[in-house]
Amino acid sequence: MEGMTTPVEQEATQVEPGGADLGVEDTPWQTVVWNDPVNLMSYVTYVFQKLFGYGQDKAVKLMLDVHHKGRAIVSAGSKDKVEADVARLHAAGLWATMQRTS
Amino acid sequence: MKGWRRRGDKLTTVFDRQEAALVRGLVRQVVEMLEVRGEEAPTDELADLTGIRTGPSTAPDDPILSRLLPDFHRLDDDAPSQEDQNSAAALRSLHEPELLELKTGAAGMLLDTCPQNGGEIRLTFEQADAWLASLNDVRLALGTALDVTEDMPDQLPDEDPREPHLEVYHWLTWVQESLVQAMSE
Repeated sequence: MEGMTTPVEQEATQVEPGGADLGVEDTPWQTVVWNDPVNLMSYVTYVFQKLFGYGQDKAVKLMLDVHHKGRAIVSAGSKDKVEADVARLHAAGLWATMQRTS
Repeated sequence: MKGWRRRGDKLTTVFDRQEAALVRGLVRQVVEMLEVRGEEAPTDELADLTGIRTGPSTAPDDPILSRLLPDFHRLDDDAPSQEDQNSAAALRSLHEPELLELKTGAAGMLLDTCPQNGGEIRLTFEQADAWLASLNDVRLALGTALDVTEDMPDQLPDEDPREPHLEVYHWLTWVQESLVQAMSE
């Protein structure tokens, strides 16, 4: 699996939930959700829909990215926004962190 | 218990006495762990004056608490940057008191709506959200303690001391899954 992680991770970082027209200046921070063996696929999908208002298709796609690629960027924006998103994901029991948009 | 069903704007099921006692006992244990962690928060006069609470700046040593209260940055790389370490410490200190409050609050709502001796349970969606979060915390705690992995078999060999606990874990998984499905109907 080691050899497979690099291209997969690059792909994951290219997800732009804010829309393709938003650049680094608009979304300097990203919320990352990491795969863990406990959280249910159905529950993770539900949390993405509830916290971010995403439709079923987008929520399922992000959940599958977490599941198969090990992580997904689920939101992006200012430091304050992303910090609040991570806090809400922690309250729901998801493993989330924040990082600067590279 | 036969699984959750949606009836109008309510989610319903029936727990027998043992099921109710099991869930309540596990939720209480998680609450106790979180409360002990909360008591480790530094007391400071400035916080008393301003009402702004601050939590500990370092992650819990205990792996269960550490999973329930994650860092805001990935610090488990080979060499996390000093900037990330400082930022994670500040963010933990700022957010952990509220996170503890939200988790114990969700657990409290579950305990308020789960009859001690079993029986019918009728939840609003708000209450069901608290159940989902609280059941998830219990599963995270048990899953961490049992070292659950993604390719874990449904059953462990009989001689494995984790086997009876894994059965409880799988039952809780089913209770949570069934509730998510009922809410999504």
